[in-house]
Amino acid sequence: MTPILSVRDLTISFGNRTIIQHLNFAVDPGDNLAIIGPNGAGKTVLLRALLNLLPYEGAIQWAPDAKLGYVPQKIAADRRLPLYVNDLLAAKARLLKLPAQDVRLVADRVGLTPELLETSVGILSGGEFQKALIAFALLGDPNVLLFDEPTASLDELAEEHIYELLRDLQRERHLTLLLVSHDLSVVYQSATKVLCLSKGKPCFGPPREILTPETLEAVYSAPLKFYKHYGH
Amino acid sequence: MFHSGEIYAIILALLFAVAAGLVGSFALMKRMLLASDVISHVALPGLGLAFLFHFNPLLGGSATLLVGTLLIWQLQKQTGLATEAMIGVVFAGSVAIGAVLTPKEDLVEALFGRFQDLSLVAFLVGAAAVLLIILVIFRFRDELILGLFAPELAAATGMKLERLNLYFLLAFSLSVLVGLRFLGALLAGSLIIIPATTSRRLTNNLSHFLVVSCLASVVAVGSGFAVTRYMLPQISPGPVIVIISAALFILSLLKKPAPA
Repeated sequence: MTPILSVRDLTISFGNRTIIQHLNFAVDPGDNLAIIGPNGAGKTVLLRALLNLLPYEGAIQWAPDAKLGYVPQKIAADRRLPLYVNDLLAAKARLLKLPAQDVRLVADRVGLTPELLETSVGILSGGEFQKALIAFALLGDPNVLLFDEPTASLDELAEEHIYELLRDLQRERHLTLLLVSHDLSVVYQSATKVLCLSKGKPCFGPPREILTPETLEAVYSAPLKFYKHYGH
Repeated sequence: MFHSGEIYAIILALLFAVAAGLVGSFALMKRMLLASDVISHVALPGLGLAFLFHFNPLLGGSATLLVGTLLIWQLQKQTGLATEAMIGVVFAGSVAIGAVLTPKEDLVEALFGRFQDLSLVAFLVGAAAVLLIILVIFRFRDELILGLFAPELAAATGMKLERLNLYFLLAFSLSVLVGLRFLGALLAGSLIIIPATTSRRLTNNLSHFLVVSCLASVVAVGSGFAVTRYMLPQISPGPVIVIISAALFILSLLKKPAPA
């Protein structure tokens, strides 16, 4: 199978500080890649480089048919602006020259009601706001979704809804998912590949090989408690 | 009765008010409102040179304003400092140079503006500038919204944010320039700042925000001209327009702020 993304010898530095060094991995169409690692390991930096928002050395090669959608961390958005959810979605739809009904379609798909579309982004709950960001990413019908900490600062119920939505979307749309996540139990359940970034050597492989207590201890430089969910 | 030169001047001022309302709304969202106050001062050295060598003050003002705007944009790109900080640096130098260059008897006009009749050509040039500002804002409205909301999301959508910032800064400076004639270097930024601030207090709806901002600006300019023509002919309209604009803001305080 031809990979949808191949990364070879990727190095990213800011001034004298090297964040990522000689990183190599490949993602196949339909993969669910979880990117894990402690704070400051370069997870968000990697996503930004994959989106070509940062200068880097090495090669990042997307397949010609790859169409990217991006869901940034919630804190990267300014929610004090006088904007309704619909303003954001309609702005992107116009920029991509999509028909106006596409906004309603993606909103329906992620569970944003017409009332929520006409709600100020500042007063949405964390889960609703995350859905709005997912709807934004889905406009334009991407086949790859890059997701930076989908469930950060969400309660358990909202977290469950978001993961369920992502699983359904991946199944329906044959999406390739690249997910920065701290939730190792979810990573173990749903990821097909895991990339761990840390101060030491990065590791890459299927969850059963990577998510071992020894590897995780080396990645996070601390002993971790980790529960396997059998039967899922 | 009004004669044609007066009518041209009033129509241009009202058109400017619309542009200032629009630019001000986006400047408020970009948190660079104060920049308008400061950027207008960048025109001072040009105005000073024009008064000194007797050429059109707008020509002098526009030259230094353009240089100042490009300088701010470049410095911002290269140093990564906030627009406000960059404007602060360029502004202090400009005011000092302007104060040295402007002849003493012209200083009040340079600072506070003066109502003067417009020729048809001056009107057409001014109107073209205002229409250009309005077109730029509407053309880039979606990009501006996304760039404000989440810059990296906008960049990931394929937008060139640096270029967008330059276009906005140029539209911003151009509106200051049009306002210079009757508001002066000291007050030209105020019609960008005050109506947008008034409007933001009243609504969380983007379209309403833009419309109310333009309306507040047009009402201030229209009534400012009416007051100075019929009640206070000895006073220049600029300061009166700004006072009315500030009064509208105070009136807006009577309403509970729109929920954030």
